[in-house]
Amino acid sequence: MSFTRRSWAVFRKDLLIEARTRQASNAMAFFAGIVLLVLGFALGPDRRAIQGAAPGLLWVAVTFTALLGLGRAFDAERENRGMEGLFLYPGDRSAVYLGKLGALVVLLGFVEVVLFGLAAFLYNLSLLPVLAPLAGVAALGTVGLAGVGTLYGALTLNLRAREVLLPLLVFPVVVPVVLGAVSATRILLDGGGAGGLGGWIHLLVAFDIVFTVAPLLAFEAVLAD
Amino acid sequence: MHTRRRPAVSALGLAALGLLAASFWVSLKLVPPDRLMGNVQRIMYVHVPAAWVGFLAFTICFGASLLYLWRRDLRWDSLARTSAELGVVFMGLSTALGSIWGKPTWGVWWTWDPRLTTAAILLFVFLGYLALRGFVDEPERRARWSAAVGIVGFLDVPIVYLSVFWWRTLHQKPSGPETVATPMRVALLLGMASFTLFFAFLLAERYRLARLESELELAEVSHV
Repeated sequence: MSFTRRSWAVFRKDLLIEARTRQASNAMAFFAGIVLLVLGFALGPDRRAIQGAAPGLLWVAVTFTALLGLGRAFDAERENRGMEGLFLYPGDRSAVYLGKLGALVVLLGFVEVVLFGLAAFLYNLSLLPVLAPLAGVAALGTVGLAGVGTLYGALTLNLRAREVLLPLLVFPVVVPVVLGAVSATRILLDGGGAGGLGGWIHLLVAFDIVFTVAPLLAFEAVLAD
Repeated sequence: MHTRRRPAVSALGLAALGLLAASFWVSLKLVPPDRLMGNVQRIMYVHVPAAWVGFLAFTICFGASLLYLWRRDLRWDSLARTSAELGVVFMGLSTALGSIWGKPTWGVWWTWDPRLTTAAILLFVFLGYLALRGFVDEPERRARWSAAVGIVGFLDVPIVYLSVFWWRTLHQKPSGPETVATPMRVALLLGMASFTLFFAFLLAERYRLARLESELELAEVSHV
């Protein structure tokens, strides 16, 4: 089977399980809502303060939710030693990385639609006029988060302290994604007049390329047991 | 396997000690205080060398991680682990010293300066690296997995720096030998040299210990 077909099989499997159980997406959407509410409480009822901080609040919620989803995405592979099964198939194992990454990006995309909608409602943001560029920024940010996260999720799959280690490993590395996505979102919400959007987009694109290509190249060498 | 310290390493340690003493004497006694910052500025003679050694250590960890994945020789893993530990110590020292310098100079313990923030993030990346190592018992797996974390973390450094730089361009003009007066330059270079020698000594010693630990680990495994 070709590399593309093997990646596609893993991708399809993950999304099919999710479509039938809706375990991860329900938990993630609910969690994202709670985070948005708590952040809203933390900044008080002052609507201006919340709107000023909204780009940051949005991406804090996205980052936390992504980490939750990451844990869920690999739980399925731990039960019944699914990952070992996947690795037993012949061929390059980086197809597994690509498939899991793709499924996680799609899952996060769905949750982000709910999250951004809820944020627009709770924080009184007008996202509709900038919907297309905002979706682009969200896509770039999501690929960056998932690119690093999928590698580390696979590494920490069978470790005792996974819940502690995964955030410890992922958060420092994805700082540029958070900074880039927050800054780009802020420029978009401010009407795009401030400029500088292109620089942040370039930064996000560069990060996405480095942190999907590097794990793709390293996956076989790192996880070959 | 070297179970005892080599004479050359002992000599290196003594040389590092002597040079450190000379560097402290020069930077505390011989060099005049800074015209604007006063005696606080003397922190620079240890802060900058500690930061330099920290970066050097993380670079060695990156190189050793790549070489491990390529050659599959656990000695590279021992070197990566050793330099990551030393990097955390020196980078932590540098960050703490910078913060102590920052309070009287900038009026705050912490600012979101790109260098400061990058150093702090680098510190967290390699604390994660060491934490991961602590949770994996099987030597080969530990070596492969931590190599991935070391490589990803190091590749992240320029991107982190650039992103923080754009985000907050309140950066200080970096101090280097070319931006300070001649006596201060001598003190700074002496500090760099002595810290580098001291680091080389610690690296050699810690590496020897890491190899012994690794050998013990393998011996225990083969006895079970």
